[in-house]
Amino acid sequence: MTDIIQKVKNLSIGFRSKKGEEILILKNISTNIKKGETVGIVGESGSGKSTLALAMMGYVKHGLYTIEGECQFNSSNLLKMKSKDLEKIRGRKIAMIPQNAGQALTPNLKIGYQIDEALQLHSDLNEKEREKKISELLNKVRLPSPETIALRYPHELSGGQQQRVAVAMALAGTPDLLLLDEPTTGLDVTTQAHVLELLNFIAKDTGTSMVYVSHDLGAIAQVSDRIIVMYSGEIVLEGPSRDILKRPIHPYTHGLLKSIPKLSLAGLPESMPGSQPQPGTIQSGCSFFDRCNFSDENCKNNSPKLEFLKDLNTSVRCFNYEKLVNESQASQTVNKIKNKSQDKEILNLSEVSISYAKQKLLDQIFNRISDDNPTVKDININIKKGETIALVGESGSGKSTILKSIAGLLRTKDGLIRFDENRNLSSDLKERDPNDLRIIQLIFQNPDESLNPNHTVEEIIAQPLKLYFGLKGEELKKNIVDLLQKVRLGEFYTSRYPRQLSGGEKQRVAVARAFAAKPDIILCDEVTSALDVSVQAAVLNLLQQLKEDFGTTYIFVSHDLAVVRAISDRVAVLYQGRLCEVGPSNDVYKFPSHPYTEVLLGAVLEPDPDIKPKLVAEDIVEERPPEKGCSFQGRCSRIVGDICKKEIPPWQLTDSGNAIRCHIPIKELQKEQF
Amino acid sequence: MKLDNIYKEEKKSAFAKLSEIIITMASRPSGLIGLSILVFHIILAFISPYIAPHDFKAIDPTLMLQAPSAEYWFGTDDLGRDVFTRTILGGRTALTITFFGSLIALLWGGLLGIFCGLVGGKIDDVVMRIVDAFLSIPWILAMLLIVSLLGTSTEVLIPALGFFYGKGIVRVARAATHDVIAKDFIVSARARGHSNFSIIWNEIIPNVRDAILVEGAMRWSWMLLGFSSLSFLGFGVSPPTPDWGLMISNARGLMSFAYWAVIAPIVGLSSLIIGINLTADAFAKALGIDRSTKAPV
Repeated sequence: MTDIIQKVKNLSIGFRSKKGEEILILKNISTNIKKGETVGIVGESGSGKSTLALAMMGYVKHGLYTIEGECQFNSSNLLKMKSKDLEKIRGRKIAMIPQNAGQALTPNLKIGYQIDEALQLHSDLNEKEREKKISELLNKVRLPSPETIALRYPHELSGGQQQRVAVAMALAGTPDLLLLDEPTTGLDVTTQAHVLELLNFIAKDTGTSMVYVSHDLGAIAQVSDRIIVMYSGEIVLEGPSRDILKRPIHPYTHGLLKSIPKLSLAGLPESMPGSQPQPGTIQSGCSFFDRCNFSDENCKNNSPKLEFLKDLNTSVRCFNYEKLVNESQASQTVNKIKNKSQDKEILNLSEVSISYAKQKLLDQIFNRISDDNPTVKDININIKKGETIALVGESGSGKSTILKSIAGLLRTKDGLIRFDENRNLSSDLKERDPNDLRIIQLIFQNPDESLNPNHTVEEIIAQPLKLYFGLKGEELKKNIVDLLQKVRLGEFYTSRYPRQLSGGEKQRVAVARAFAAKPDIILCDEVTSALDVSVQAAVLNLLQQLKEDFGTTYIFVSHDLAVVRAISDRVAVLYQGRLCEVGPSNDVYKFPSHPYTEVLLGAVLEPDPDIKPKLVAEDIVEERPPEKGCSFQGRCSRIVGDICKKEIPPWQLTDSGNAIRCHIPIKELQKEQF
Repeated sequence: MKLDNIYKEEKKSAFAKLSEIIITMASRPSGLIGLSILVFHIILAFISPYIAPHDFKAIDPTLMLQAPSAEYWFGTDDLGRDVFTRTILGGRTALTITFFGSLIALLWGGLLGIFCGLVGGKIDDVVMRIVDAFLSIPWILAMLLIVSLLGTSTEVLIPALGFFYGKGIVRVARAATHDVIAKDFIVSARARGHSNFSIIWNEIIPNVRDAILVEGAMRWSWMLLGFSSLSFLGFGVSPPTPDWGLMISNARGLMSFAYWAVIAPIVGLSSLIIGINLTADAFAKALGIDRSTKAPV
């Protein structure tokens, strides 16, 4: 068989624990990568997907070692090769595209120089040919004007452009196999869609095999021919991507697909219980046993083997897959959220502007900020008690900046933030009294950073209780346990440190800490984006439950439009710190909509091979908002004329109560572009 | 839940934590050597007055510059005093003074550094420039000035050494604080409205403590060297109290024919410094502040 280029045979990789036990990260993996094929490896963090991808280029992380098995590339085992021989293969035959291109590119060397380095190493071209090849490569990854890009430094490019440069460098050696480790994870939605489209094109154009590692089924669905699903170091499902996404016959994949929020469905998806077991903790039975809805006694005691089903062309590691074969599609049920908002207004932002400009001496003396073109401008939002309002936009849209101002971490330049119609919250932390601080609480994106690693869960939750209510002793303890139960964590969590908790548990502790202050408003800053997909739905469901119990108002910031669709009552779309569209979420997700909303919605990746992203606008990144006119003029594909560049567009109301800020009349906007 | 069994690591008492750290330190050969040397010196400092075979200040002209023998193990010095007795007693003053000196250095340097790191802005600028200015003064000259004005008593030496060796700690503590204050848990504490004091005490100190303690341990060994230099110059311990720096200074002129009188205190001093350095390194590793992580291959 000559069309197999990488053969992984019975590969087990692990490490030795302090007690001397052998702990497996990869358990007996066997798979083949064929020529010209794109294979997606999907799994949660800790499932061993990156370890597998790295082993495919003969690299085992420091501290891990190969226990048995081999990775054959052109019938030689990469894992036993000397580093001299590996050098000849890496880059030339197998190339890697890292997750964060910004960190992978050397900051003090020009882009062209770095690509030239790769060419010198991996090809026999002379200087003239290399010169030509550099612009050819940059052209291939669709970077505008390659000649100027080649002379730039990495920091002068945007994230998407850096990722393209990384792709160009990987292609410099004309490799047979490309390994991509979460190549689009840090990128904005629109950029992500563009990069994936480019990768698809390159796979077709050059016939290179690709191994695409990601936690994002949406991205995997767009690029791969075949999907390998990993769970706690094992392949649990492997087969053609369409079949796996349309008819997942392993309970894990089945549950995973069900727990991903979709654009087409409003409401919260079902969540999967529990979390992935830590390496070395499963002694017998199926590793998915305690989270599985289809398990029985057999699963508890015996571990299933990977079984190849000829008629489905799929391998599955499950005793009870037959129960799932008959379910035609993972039919998704969602809990429709009830709009609990009352008529009472709780927070009002009027004409709010926020500037990051440094104060000059004169401004410092007069205690003012002078900046004609502030980062955030003209924000007018009324937030009603009990509603969930989402702020969406790409990075740099000012959504987190607005949150910081509401929390008092950042001073506003102009405008008023009023709480409960009469309390002025436009001041920053020092000027607010403790009660003003108590009513607004924050939940952060990454619980690893938002929980003090040297405090136990008890100490973490005790902080707001002691600060605001002066609780002590028994009463404090009782309140802590109460809060932990509300976020569905047991009492025994009190003495644990954050490092002993899983990602989902950590975020629950952060939620408990926010609710400990008995706040009226909770600001959620990308609260689910650092979590695994299977845990995300559980946290969203918890937030919704708590909101219904306490009548809290959420201001929810996210770049993930599907998540926003699932949880929010109202959505505000931001671009460059200016509002584009505000309205009930059902209406924002329907036409007519602002051109920018259209771009965002088009770029969402769904875990469905039939839904392709629509790429409307260029993925240019603008550094600063335009001084005059519409904020979106630079990227808009529906510009009507000079008016867009000169005048700030007016607010237009649709019949359903959706406000759109655009020069194009509503009726025109109604027409779909596609 | 199955996870319970693996994560049985519950909150431990300070004593349990300390003993765990010491065990981890001793599990490395370099750590074991360092710890043994340090413990040996500390025990010696406590018991030496009771085990000393001779009187450390008994001058006997008939015994001048005797070579090592069964009676006088390390020989005698130019005044006929027993070098062995003086060597085992010679570390006591240095150890005590520098131990308390480093504590003072840790305290003021650490707290000031954390405070500057947290508040930033103008206060930080001014304080750091003052610290920089002090860093540019040769400390030994400044010490000589202080000692000649105020005398060489312990009450003068401890705070003076503590002050001069704390400057470096300010920088380390400030840098460690900068690493921490960017984290969201500090933002979260600020947004809740905790005071600066509460943020320093609850959020920052637990996270920078390790780095500062390790730095303090390193400073201890430097301070020991500094203090011995003072004694060597005649501004440290006053005779006839035995002290390594002083002994080296006295015996160095006779080195060519009575090497024993100079070698013994040198071995004493350098072994203690090496012991402290190795211990500090092992301490850093046991706390997970490892500066020598391997680059991927």
